[in-house]
Amino acid sequence: MSQIFDRSANFLSKASLGAVLLLVGGLIGLVMVIGRSSYVTRANEFIEQPIQFSHLHHVGDDGIDCRYCHTSVETSSFAGIPPTKTCMNCHSQLWNQAPILEPVRASFRDDRPLRWVRVHDLPDFVYFNHSIHVKKGMGCETCHGRVDQMPLMRQQNTLQMTWCLDCHRNPEKYVRPRSEVVTMGYKPPVPQSVIGAQLVKEYGIRGNTSCSTCHR
Amino acid sequence: MNQSNDIEALRARLDGTRGREYWRSLEAVAETPEFKEFLHREFPSNASEWLDPVGRRSFLKLMGASLSLAGVSACTRQPIEEIVPYVRQPEELVPGKPLFYATAMPFAGSALGLLVESHEGRPTKIEGNPDHPSSRGATDIYAQAAILGLYDPDRSQTTTNLGEIKPFSAFVEAARAVVSGQGSKQGGGLRILSETVASPTLAAQIEALLKRFPAAKWVQWEPVGRHNAREGSRLAFGEYVEPQYAIEKADVILSLDSDFMCAGPAGVRHSRAFASRRRAETGTARNRLYAVESTPTNTGTRADHRLPLKPSEIDGFARALAAQLGVEGVTAGTVSDAARKWLGPLAKDLQGARGRGVVIVGEGQPAAVHAIGHAINAALGNVGETVTYTQTPEAAPSDQRAGLRELVGEMNAGKVDFLLVLGGNPVYTAPSDLQFGAALHKVKLRAHVGLYEDETAALCQWHIPEAHFLEMWGDARSDDGTVTIVQPLIAPLYNGKSLVEVMAAFSEAGARAGYDLVREHWAAQTGLSTEAVAPAPAPQPAATAPGAPAAPAGVAAAPSQPLSPFDREWRRWLHDGLVPNTAFAPKPVTLQAGFAKAAAPAGQGLEVVFRPDPSVYDGRFANNGWLQELPKALTKLTWDNAALIAPATADRLGLFKGEADEAFASKAPVVELKKGDRTLRVPVWLVPGQAPDTLTLHLGYGRERAGRTGTGTGFNVNVLRTWDSQDVVNGVELVATGDTYQLASTQDHWSLEGRNLVRVATAAEFAADPGFADKRELVADRALTMYKSDWKYEGYAWGMAIDQNVCNGCNACVVACQAENNVPVVGKSQVLNGREMHWLRVDRYFTGELDNPDTYHQPMPCQQCEGAPCEVVCPVAATTHSDEGLNDMVYNRCVGTRYCSNNCPYKVRRFNFLLYQDFDTPSLKLMRNPDVTVRSRGVMEKCTYCVQRINQARVTAKLDDRQIRDGEVVTACQAACPTDAIVFGNINDPESRVAKLKKSPLNYALLAELNTRPRTTYMAVVRNPNVELEPPSASHAEGEEGH
Repeated sequence: MSQIFDRSANFLSKASLGAVLLLVGGLIGLVMVIGRSSYVTRANEFIEQPIQFSHLHHVGDDGIDCRYCHTSVETSSFAGIPPTKTCMNCHSQLWNQAPILEPVRASFRDDRPLRWVRVHDLPDFVYFNHSIHVKKGMGCETCHGRVDQMPLMRQQNTLQMTWCLDCHRNPEKYVRPRSEVVTMGYKPPVPQSVIGAQLVKEYGIRGNTSCSTCHR
Repeated sequence: MNQSNDIEALRARLDGTRGREYWRSLEAVAETPEFKEFLHREFPSNASEWLDPVGRRSFLKLMGASLSLAGVSACTRQPIEEIVPYVRQPEELVPGKPLFYATAMPFAGSALGLLVESHEGRPTKIEGNPDHPSSRGATDIYAQAAILGLYDPDRSQTTTNLGEIKPFSAFVEAARAVVSGQGSKQGGGLRILSETVASPTLAAQIEALLKRFPAAKWVQWEPVGRHNAREGSRLAFGEYVEPQYAIEKADVILSLDSDFMCAGPAGVRHSRAFASRRRAETGTARNRLYAVESTPTNTGTRADHRLPLKPSEIDGFARALAAQLGVEGVTAGTVSDAARKWLGPLAKDLQGARGRGVVIVGEGQPAAVHAIGHAINAALGNVGETVTYTQTPEAAPSDQRAGLRELVGEMNAGKVDFLLVLGGNPVYTAPSDLQFGAALHKVKLRAHVGLYEDETAALCQWHIPEAHFLEMWGDARSDDGTVTIVQPLIAPLYNGKSLVEVMAAFSEAGARAGYDLVREHWAAQTGLSTEAVAPAPAPQPAATAPGAPAAPAGVAAAPSQPLSPFDREWRRWLHDGLVPNTAFAPKPVTLQAGFAKAAAPAGQGLEVVFRPDPSVYDGRFANNGWLQELPKALTKLTWDNAALIAPATADRLGLFKGEADEAFASKAPVVELKKGDRTLRVPVWLVPGQAPDTLTLHLGYGRERAGRTGTGTGFNVNVLRTWDSQDVVNGVELVATGDTYQLASTQDHWSLEGRNLVRVATAAEFAADPGFADKRELVADRALTMYKSDWKYEGYAWGMAIDQNVCNGCNACVVACQAENNVPVVGKSQVLNGREMHWLRVDRYFTGELDNPDTYHQPMPCQQCEGAPCEVVCPVAATTHSDEGLNDMVYNRCVGTRYCSNNCPYKVRRFNFLLYQDFDTPSLKLMRNPDVTVRSRGVMEKCTYCVQRINQARVTAKLDDRQIRDGEVVTACQAACPTDAIVFGNINDPESRVAKLKKSPLNYALLAELNTRPRTTYMAVVRNPNVELEPPSASHAEGEEGH
């Protein structure tokens, strides 16, 4: 009776073992890569909104302060999306016939809210508070990017935990004077390495990293 | 071996204990094999196993699926979410910040003042109103559970006529037709049946209708209420009055079958008053409580001396005591030997505290005993000191029992053309011999207004959904007379109508909005003008959160328009949650001769006591899962009622003939109770401390149309309850059936195996040995630990102190925790598996004699150890130590190994074995606290010390550039506690209340010998017994030390 496997089977079996390991490793790696990709995090994705609202125009061109619309950013966990009334403060006078603004007028007329799509969406088990970050000198730009250059709003950063922790562990790299919080394109007058440490001390920043700081 | 021997063995075991031993259940004392197995398994056998038959194929399928899902879940994209801003944002509202509105919960002819937390228009949590005299910031279980009641998806949702959906206007039309048809008869065929009305507006409306139709009648009916108390006050004083007790002033208190700390909304006020003389901080000014009771109550568990007597014997006891005290007009009744021993010392103690004592009689006692109680208080000079009398909080006190019987007679005689049932469920709650349901059929037109399509609704042609009190404008008086305007937190979810709105449909002016009706009533009452620009009918937020310092009282929002004089007042009322100066003034009363009536005939045979259920009350809360699953304070039963019986009586009746293993187990023997031709099959449950030959039956179960949660739970004991025996039935025959019934009691769940957990001393022992509480058998060497525990806390270090001296086991904390932390309900079968999810449980321990043990309550939240056994065993670091000393639990990291729970010596961790949360029902989504993650299947969870409240306070303090003040963080359990037994704060601050308490000599940690160094510590109990009744025993003290 002849042998079923010839000698080359030894190599093949070893190679296939290695291949399986590689495959498993590769799959795990792939999952991790996908998990961190912008496909999952939705970073830099443009999102269709009921109205093509342009931050580029309102912030960049018109120079409207962030807090004119996002009124509760200094007092509440939620920065606030303006009620239709806020839009109409100006747009009952300006561009009050523009077809692009019809949904706003309709909302105001019919008392039906605009339904915006959330761009920065943290998972439901994460509790972020805007007011304390603003109080401690975190610029809007640090997380939200150059909003004044975005014709359509997009999420600049991954919003993943490692990204949060980078700042919570090293707040001195990102902190800015409170007066500059809403400034777009802020450049520290003195090197960040100097002013950062100073501000961390002055504002009493502790950069909490306990789990219950954000998860509860 | 039969049970009889077992109970003997139990006694022997208890007698043989050295010093004091504390036990939770008879099984634990008996050390039945079942109990031991339960203990060692942590969960019952097979609780953690998948019991459905699983073949190899399906196993592979499941594994394959779960593996691939596990992989995929890591890269799920978040679903798209919307943000829907306001069109015009209300002025006071800041998105993301809750508002608090003051209102009140009307309940059984009284009310409790509340502050309700609202998130963007959704009420999510109820707190007590610190400014309201009935609450002073605390609540009871019913108020806490009202949130679930509001969002209950089983509430009735539309007006129906013979099952057909109709608009409310159709009912108004029909009603007006009836009313106009009654003109010629002066309303002779018109009857209104309501619950006890504590709303001045509603009472005025009904009275106006009665004025228009003098022959119409209004009957109030409450299945359990202050009937006997009212009749007792009439016997004693010739008029209906409400006794107001100033328990905080009393040195000696005697409760005659009264559960004054937990029955009704006044319980909250009484609990706090009692606790003010009893806490660890009180020092030597302790009061003394004597309780004579037929069935163990929460109040009785706090008594220094407790005497179980049959209900019929209490009458004799009261008379004997009155005679001993020299009360005129009372002759001593017969008393048992045990009771006679009490009389002398008790009378002496009461006499020694003239003007500083009080006698309180329970609702279940006949009117004559109430009258005797009043006479004793008068004779002891307590009236005007610890007791005052005022008018009643209900607008029209009446003999409700007689009223209902008369109404049924008229219904049977065909005299009633139209019956309007304003709330309540008389078909279920009326005494069974009245046959209310059958009589109802003889009424031509019948309409029911209620929260549910219940048993009564099923027999009425019209049903109108009632607005929940959180959805309506109204008003209500609390026990002391204080009026609160009830303001809505949300528009009616299901088009419900308030009773005031329903009544308006019958008025000449016709149907109108509740807001206008209530305002109009109060404008007329105050005589103030409403002329000026009327403001929009927006509810007024109370500007402050509970716990935060009160903002200056006054108008919340600066009005842009001028306000009328009435509106100025109105807005203040809404903001403060009460109408000032409406508390009743004391009323002089004179005792009338002949108040004591003749002594009641001696009871014969078995006596059955009817009591409202500690959880579902008279059945009105039967569909509330939080209350159904709440372990009742004394029995720890959930989801059922049972006939409570003393072990000795059960033994005498030979109820347990089976094998020893089955004897005490939750498989309870079913008995048949017979009285005449009425029979009731009900399981029995052994309760140490129950009076001999006395069975207690709780009302409120066996509902047929309660809703998905409540229908079919427990047993309808109304079957035995007849009109002339609504409190007690005598001479009941008990027959064992041989059947068993599975009851779900949690008393042996999460056992700590009795390692010196409760520590008690008498006042004398404490004075002699102030360090008794923290004496340890084993002293742990700090260096000897496997766990990292050298944490440094530079900022805050949170801690809790729980005072067992005052905790009466009312359970408000448990429901408050459930509401605050989105804790799910699991159902009876899961409770049987030991899977109830309460983050905070109240352990109840007995000690002493089997027939009359002392009882202690020990609330058990997470102990937040410094050397936490749970943290070190988690393979994925899902539970970690925070820099403020909390044992954080991170749900999104948890993979469900359950090692942490296994390693927790306090057994405070809860695992989501199945998907207990309801993620689908829309109304329940509105209910949840948005600040707390809603947990899914496969995740461990536990008490967090309400970390969401800590974080909120930290942010608020940092925004103001200051430290968190003491008392600024109030945990949900602490806020709800009527006795203020739970104190929370920063133990790094030596000036904080919690830090001071932890320095008390009474402070001790549970299982300190394990070196876990818990952040939650307990205050040992100091009893204040009368030395004449309990001579200090040398052996006792010795046993204490040797323990």
